[in-house]
Amino acid sequence: MEDVLRYLVIFALQSAAVYAVAASGLVVTYTTTGVFNFAHGAIGMIIAFSFWQLSSSAAWDLPVLPSLLFCLFVLGPAIGWLLDRVLMSRLGGASTITTIVATIGLLVALVSIAGIVWPQSQVRRVPDFFEGESITLLDVNVSYHRIIALVAAIAVAIGLRALLFNTRLGTAMRAVVDSPDLTALNGANPRRIGSVSWMLGCSLAGLAGILIAPELPAFTPVALTLLVIQAYAAAMVGRLRSLPLTFLGALILAEIENGLALAQAKEWAGSFSPSLGDLAAAAPVLMLLIVLVVIREDRAALRPERFGFKVPRPSVASVAVSMAALVFVAAVVSVTGVFAVGTMNELGKGLALGIVMLSLVLLTGWAGQVSLAQLGLAGVAALAVWKLGPVTGLVVGVVATAVVGAIVALPALRMRSLYLALTTMAFALLLERVVYGENALVESFQPFASGNARADRIPGLEGDTAFFVFLAVVFGLVAVGLTVIRNGHFGRRLAAMKDSPAACATLGLDLTVTKLQVFALSAAIAGLGGGLLAMWKVTSVGRTDFALLEGTLPGLPLVLVAVIGGITSVTGAVVGALLFVCMPLIGSRVPALKDLMNLAPGLAGIGLSKNPDGAVLQVAEAIEEARAARADVDPLAAPERLGTDGDGTPGRITADEAALLDDELGLSWHR
Amino acid sequence: MGDSGLPPVGDPGLASVGDPVPAPVLELRGVRASYGRIEVLHGVDLSVARGSVVALLGPNGAGKTTTLGVISGQLPPTAGDVYLAGRRVTGAASDALAGVGLCTVPEGRGVFRTLTVRENLRMATYRGVRLAEVEERAYGLFPRLGERRHQLAGTMSGGEQQMLSLARALVTDPEVLLLDELSMGLAPMIVDDLYQRVRAVAEQGVSVLVVEQFARTVLGVADVAAIMSTGRITSVGSPSAIESELSDAYLGAS
Amino acid sequence: MNDPVAPDSPSPAAVSSSAVPPLLELSEVVVRFGGNVAVDGASLTVDAGTIVGLIGPNGAGKTTTFNVITGLERPSSGRVRWAGDDISGLAAHRRARLGLARTFQRLELFGSLSVAENVLFAAELCRRQGGTVRPPVVDVAPDVDAVHETAALLERVGLGDLAATRAEELPTGLARLTELARALATRPRLLLLDEPASGLDERETERFADLLVELAADGLGILLVEHDVPLVMRIASRVFVLDLGRILASGTPAEVQRDQRVIDAYLGAAPVGEV
Ligand SMILES: Nc1ncnc2c1ncn2[C@@H]1O[C@H](COP(=O)(O)OP(=O)(O)OP(=O)(O)O)[C@@H](O)[C@H]1O
Ligand SMILES: Nc1ncnc2c1ncn2[C@@H]1O[C@H](COP(=O)(O)OP(=O)(O)OP(=O)(O)O)[C@@H](O)[C@H]1O
Ligand SMILES: [Mg+2]
Ligand SMILES: [Mg+2]
Repeated sequence: MEDVLRYLVIFALQSAAVYAVAASGLVVTYTTTGVFNFAHGAIGMIIAFSFWQLSSSAAWDLPVLPSLLFCLFVLGPAIGWLLDRVLMSRLGGASTITTIVATIGLLVALVSIAGIVWPQSQVRRVPDFFEGESITLLDVNVSYHRIIALVAAIAVAIGLRALLFNTRLGTAMRAVVDSPDLTALNGANPRRIGSVSWMLGCSLAGLAGILIAPELPAFTPVALTLLVIQAYAAAMVGRLRSLPLTFLGALILAEIENGLALAQAKEWAGSFSPSLGDLAAAAPVLMLLIVLVVIREDRAALRPERFGFKVPRPSVASVAVSMAALVFVAAVVSVTGVFAVGTMNELGKGLALGIVMLSLVLLTGWAGQVSLAQLGLAGVAALAVWKLGPVTGLVVGVVATAVVGAIVALPALRMRSLYLALTTMAFALLLERVVYGENALVESFQPFASGNARADRIPGLEGDTAFFVFLAVVFGLVAVGLTVIRNGHFGRRLAAMKDSPAACATLGLDLTVTKLQVFALSAAIAGLGGGLLAMWKVTSVGRTDFALLEGTLPGLPLVLVAVIGGITSVTGAVVGALLFVCMPLIGSRVPALKDLMNLAPGLAGIGLSKNPDGAVLQVAEAIEEARAARADVDPLAAPERLGTDGDGTPGRITADEAALLDDELGLSWHR
Repeated sequence: MGDSGLPPVGDPGLASVGDPVPAPVLELRGVRASYGRIEVLHGVDLSVARGSVVALLGPNGAGKTTTLGVISGQLPPTAGDVYLAGRRVTGAASDALAGVGLCTVPEGRGVFRTLTVRENLRMATYRGVRLAEVEERAYGLFPRLGERRHQLAGTMSGGEQQMLSLARALVTDPEVLLLDELSMGLAPMIVDDLYQRVRAVAEQGVSVLVVEQFARTVLGVADVAAIMSTGRITSVGSPSAIESELSDAYLGAS
Repeated sequence: MNDPVAPDSPSPAAVSSSAVPPLLELSEVVVRFGGNVAVDGASLTVDAGTIVGLIGPNGAGKTTTFNVITGLERPSSGRVRWAGDDISGLAAHRRARLGLARTFQRLELFGSLSVAENVLFAAELCRRQGGTVRPPVVDVAPDVDAVHETAALLERVGLGDLAATRAEELPTGLARLTELARALATRPRLLLLDEPASGLDERETERFADLLVELAADGLGILLVEHDVPLVMRIASRVFVLDLGRILASGTPAEVQRDQRVIDAYLGAAPVGEV
């Protein structure tokens, strides 16, 4: 029993230290920049790989200490500075969703860059500091490396606290997040302070990356990047603010992981399935999920959320016309067979995934709720189609996803978009690991895990041509249906909820019900897309189609591309779907462009920081501007009319007048 | 901190308080500004002499806040120029302007909501006054702030936030003070008191531009008043002259 | 200030002599934030068809009281009654459906919607929740559709020309009027207004005062928080003065204005700070 205790104290403390460094980096970046950096792990990964490049005997073999100092004090800040200049300073005033997407874009881009620079074919190892040297503490060998990690964690914790709360620079860093304009009015330069914040954050990411790297079973970009899930979980315990609580979170997580691993090693649970080791792998995700569900936000400390989107409002008729055109083109393309089978396969996938993107248009673009789990949810319906056959499966699948979607939404009812993004991400990872994954809880899901499930198509639509057109029709119907919703009361309800929940409540709107409705509806649409995707692919359906970061068309890039296409309009989903399938297609056709095409979603996500509203909106805006220039209204003339009617009692408004008003406002009240 | 190379405005050689016709410390010439396509200011001329209080009045949406935005460097004008102590500062960054002594109290959102009262005051030290001094004077001015120094500013009542925002302006010894709707949300007796303080800092040589809708209180302490409507200054004169004009403009109809 | 003030004992009978319970009654409400006591045992009543003023120094607890009435804030203790029924446990949206509407000191408009849509949205919600059993506050038929009621409301508050403007582009004063129109679209029986006149110019304030008087004459109860004391004194039939979370005084405007405690705490001429 004593060694168990020792094990839990000493070992857990060591992993806790590393998690704590990573988590405090995350907290500091969030506190001082207002951006939750999904790419935190990826930045740490790049710096750790650079460290390997500099110091490893298999690479440049430079001395360790100068390499380390270079990475932490030159490379880290340099990356931070660059990020700030190129990416973040443009995000000032952008919506939470845009910043989330931009950093996810960065993550995807960095992972693909690392894949290109440090190909997977070579096996690498980052050595411990003071390789092999250790001291004995309570009969346990503790390597110097881990002692360094622990000391670093404590030093970072104390240093950061002092910086953030006891210096003017730290105060100013937080002030910039609150209001850059007001910071400038106080006489501090918000740009410069923002740069310093990013430089600090990236250095901390690098430190964590370098400390973690030797402990990893496999030193690969994705492994290192996803390791930040631990950091997220720990950081959430501190509600992204409190550093001491963040440390507590890191410690709890480490204890759970080590405890489960120990139990596994000692076979306490016998041959329990799923094995405890697998549970240990899911532990950070589970913990993140639990923490997110139980934490109570300190509402007072919230800054108001920004939703910088301008939501265009095309009429139902115009959307119906463009969707009819889409169906027509799809029919022509599939009947004439202008494209090769491979291309058609991709296009069909694009349509099915386009439906999933439509679910994001509703949820994210209109209701302002971020979900990174839509593709994962779609997998539920795919599973159902595979297990239960096309028709029953699709119906059951769509209903099941709606229910699951509503359940995911439960914690979201009182959360703002960042936490929601994290919750849904954790949920997607959980689905991926325990439902779709190799270690799936259900034995019979094995074919799905390995990507060999087989789905049948709806009777009568077995042919590729017929099913392709069917996909286009479903896409069009969903798009038109959503537009009807958007232009009606429910659409206003979503916009209102996004702008001011407090006002909604005092007007009598039940926020809980509305949020559940929109989550369920959106999940159902995603499920529809997932079920149809499974049918379109017929064979080889499985986990990789619905994963978050791995596979050919994973979930995170899906969100990216949806936003790039324009998350606020159904036409954006068409653009997004086309982009999504075209990029790998080009890559496979023109090998020279393959690497570039892998990078493309990430780069485009980053590019979004420049045009946060997505491609479609920019065009729409240009059109609107041109129109507005024609019918110029002088807003300054308006206030003068106030109080012009002396008696203050208006007469009844005639139907004609109302229709006129209706016309002038460009609303679709009666249409 | 000001990297714009602006000289300090407080250069005593520029004009002394007793001058019969003091040179304007702040001057706007033909300023135009727009939000996107819509022009909101159509050529604004305005000047504030050293140590004087100028009241800028006007109805809702006249462009008063926009004018202050142009002066404080938050909104670059599309035409015209802003001069501080005779130097052209058009388009200078807000932080540089703050660094040389231009202090702005924005309308209704002058505090960092996620920082505590004390941290808000610490931000004021970028103007070169020590924290201890800022705190001492601010708490003296508004005892309520002293009681709540560790409360998050965002959780304070509307009026308490306004006090905090004003405290920053009054305790950091600015050269030029821009106040947007100072009275908004404050109890009347505090408003009267604050205007007395504004008068007092002006006596010490600070030049003040006050924007208000509610004319009466501010006219009592102003040296000069101007009326703005639909993006233009329509008249400038002594407070008493403007007062009679105002009642025509505002209440003439009823 | 610790001694209880007789007229404010929470007996409804003392306030309204009729047998009908008051539209709104707050008794002994306490709200604590950590160590701060924002509201410290406040009681007040509002009857239908009257304008009641709630005034007091900054930080007295007026906005917090509104939050308690509308259900956005849970009181540490105390009761809220609506026409005699205890609604202390009711969620905010359920209270709204009873006919309780408010505006916000820190504006809470739907910035991405147009002025018209802000109001229309409320009118539609009201229809969906059976709020049409209450009479409209503008001169339209009770079963009029939401669009027409919206149009009439916009005319009534004087925003007819700005219907298509995006709410976030409005200057403060007009934004406040939009909030008012939106609150009226729910066909309220009681309207809580948190500093509605700040940001209005004198002429708009005049018009606004007239509007409130007319609304009250039509049977609406109004609880008005406002630092524009002349306005409150002119239109309110009864005024409660809140200080440090307690009701310091209450009565007709004339009584309150003469009260020495009120003069000292709020109206007076003595400077606030020591410096
Ligand atoms: N961000 C913005 N985008 C578009 N128009 C704006 C914006 N801010 C202000 N305006 C418009 O510019 C005009 C002038 O506004 P400004 O805020 O300067 O007026 P103001 O005189 O300060 O009014 P108030 O007394 O209500 O504060 C108004 O018509 C307003 O609608
Ligand atoms: N969430 C909170 N946490 C801590 N204190 C709070 C919180 N909310 C309000 N307070 C405090 O409670 C007191 C009452 O605030 P409230 O907003 O009700 O005042 P008010 O009467 O509306 O004042 P004003 O006229 O300035 O708007 C204030 O002192 C305020 O600082
Ligand atoms: Mg203004
Ligand atoms: Mg208040």
